[in-house]
Amino acid sequence: MPSHDLSSPPKPGQSSCRSCWLAAPGLLWMGLFFLAPLALVFAISFASRGTYGGIVWEFTAANYLDLWHPLYGRILGQSLWYASLTTAICFSLGFPLAYMIARSPARWQPVLLLLVMLPFWTNFLVRTYAWMIVLRQDGLVNGLLLALGIVDAPLELLYTPTAVVIGLVYGYLPFMVLPLYVAVERLDPLLVEAAWDLYASRWAVFTQVVVPLTMPGIVGGCVLVFIPSIGSFITPDLLGGARSMMIGNLIQHEYLVVRDWPLGSAVSFVLMAIVMAAVVLYYRHAARTPGPLEGR
Amino acid sequence: MATSSTPPFTASEQSLSSTPPTIDVRGIVRRHGAVTAVDQVSFHVRRGEFFSILGPSGAGKTSVLRMLAGFEDPDEGDLLIDGQSMLGVPPNRRPVNLVFQSYALFPHLTVFENVAFGLKMRRVSSALIDEQVRRALAMVKLIGKEARMPAQLSGGEQQRVALARALVNTPAVVLLDEPLAALDQQLRQAMQVELKSIQEQAGLTCVCVTHHQEEAMMMSDRIAVMHQGRMWQVGSPREVYERPCSLFVSRFLGVSNEVPGTIGAAIGEGRLFQPADNEQAPLTVRTESTEPAGRSATLSLRPEHIRMAQERPSTSDPVLSGEIEKVLFAGSDTKYLVRIGRDRFWETRMTSGTSLPAFAAGDPVFLHWSLADARLFFE
Repeated sequence: MPSHDLSSPPKPGQSSCRSCWLAAPGLLWMGLFFLAPLALVFAISFASRGTYGGIVWEFTAANYLDLWHPLYGRILGQSLWYASLTTAICFSLGFPLAYMIARSPARWQPVLLLLVMLPFWTNFLVRTYAWMIVLRQDGLVNGLLLALGIVDAPLELLYTPTAVVIGLVYGYLPFMVLPLYVAVERLDPLLVEAAWDLYASRWAVFTQVVVPLTMPGIVGGCVLVFIPSIGSFITPDLLGGARSMMIGNLIQHEYLVVRDWPLGSAVSFVLMAIVMAAVVLYYRHAARTPGPLEGR
Repeated sequence: MATSSTPPFTASEQSLSSTPPTIDVRGIVRRHGAVTAVDQVSFHVRRGEFFSILGPSGAGKTSVLRMLAGFEDPDEGDLLIDGQSMLGVPPNRRPVNLVFQSYALFPHLTVFENVAFGLKMRRVSSALIDEQVRRALAMVKLIGKEARMPAQLSGGEQQRVALARALVNTPAVVLLDEPLAALDQQLRQAMQVELKSIQEQAGLTCVCVTHHQEEAMMMSDRIAVMHQGRMWQVGSPREVYERPCSLFVSRFLGVSNEVPGTIGAAIGEGRLFQPADNEQAPLTVRTESTEPAGRSATLSLRPEHIRMAQERPSTSDPVLSGEIEKVLFAGSDTKYLVRIGRDRFWETRMTSGTSLPAFAAGDPVFLHWSLADARLFFE
């Protein structure tokens, strides 16, 4: 058959793949530096720890069984809770922000988006240290509260779960705003007017029209915030102290402090499983509510 | 059809004269920055009336519609619906529904859900919603398409859903924003007839914004001609077409054959009018004007009022001499472009099938008309 027939679209299932080789470097990269190490970690998770921290290559499921210990369960539950809370707060803060940006004059939008992304210009670690200065006993927040006479004694903010969630929300808010912006930008403002005209209150407009039609952005934003939140370890490490250990800290602890690589690997895989389950759940939900793309 | 025995939307039984107008707009002004989009516009719409606001784009007609819907508030003036001032009342609490030019159907909802939206928002019981949505869909002939998504419908069907979605709520007024503009010519003409019959059948009060003069004339009880933020003339289609109050209205509503000149002395039941082109003999015009002689004016005529003759007619009708420039056969009628001055052409029409002599390009021709049919405008 003629290979340069542009008039007929390629038949489904018979994808011509003349340009597939362009993907080869990327595939090679992913294979070498992602899949291979992942397989290695998976293998290690079924090995056991040697007396001095080495790996003993004997097949065992003991690492996974050890994770049923209530201590790990508590850390896992805490991680899920922090990540969910962070996602919810990011959504509440991010949606109005994204909506405002998407509905502002076209020439202002790039500037506003740049401002949202501005924090990324500074190293994440440095920014987290900055939060320590803001939240500590003689920090900015306490100084302000004391000066205004709102509190008599400095509040204990740093090294609390609150500090962890503040840090996570701060760190991942842009990941929520960007996909939401794209979704809202695509939402036809006339649909909002139509709903308003058809007796919908502002809240009903939001729940009946805006949310369903921006669902792809909402799902994208939530996934992008939830995944790094649940696996984060710098934020809980610096802002949370010992009580707020998250699953990321546990992995770091097992690898670097206890030097129990097999257990650390097992925890890593459990984390991956949770993230995957969460993503599948999100997308299932999104598939049930057709977005504006399916509607057109 | 089962639904025909119980008409879903009956026209109001109240006598038209005793009730206040459904819409009463009093001197509204709307400014966008330095631009005055709507300037001192007043009009009223009676119950059951099809009222069109006709004007070129940028005339401010959409702004008027958006103020009626509640998306914008006037900077000055007042706007009453059923006797109640609507100032500061948000769209969801106004008894009006807008049919958008682009339809603005909710892409994530089925046809049924789209039509049911307004009733659902007003917490109508689901049994009643079911019944009323079905009636509305029957009215726009969309039975059987309830479960479709808007994207699966043709343009004409989407238009019907948009209409059903508004009229299912039995609003005091249905607002139509260029309702048929997105349809192709044939569908458009079919929908004009259908929209008009639905409006009459349901006794809807409609305010329609359009730039399409023929459509406005065919569907409306009254037309308001808008231009540069002002309303220039309000009247029945026949009134605004046959007795336009200005050259702008005359030109916007159809072909306006014009000749500039100066007005002269009184003669018989009218006055003399000397075309600026001195090769033309003076004409007589009928006018109530008492403007002094010598004042410049423009004479305007609709093509259908002009008769064509090969020889100078022996009537007392005003006559202009000219030469056929172009013959344009357009099926049901033939258009003639007639040169009546150096750079001045008039358009005349002759219905195909009449036994009048056919003219060819280059033929001399005499144009004449009844005294009453010409309009005189002073600048």
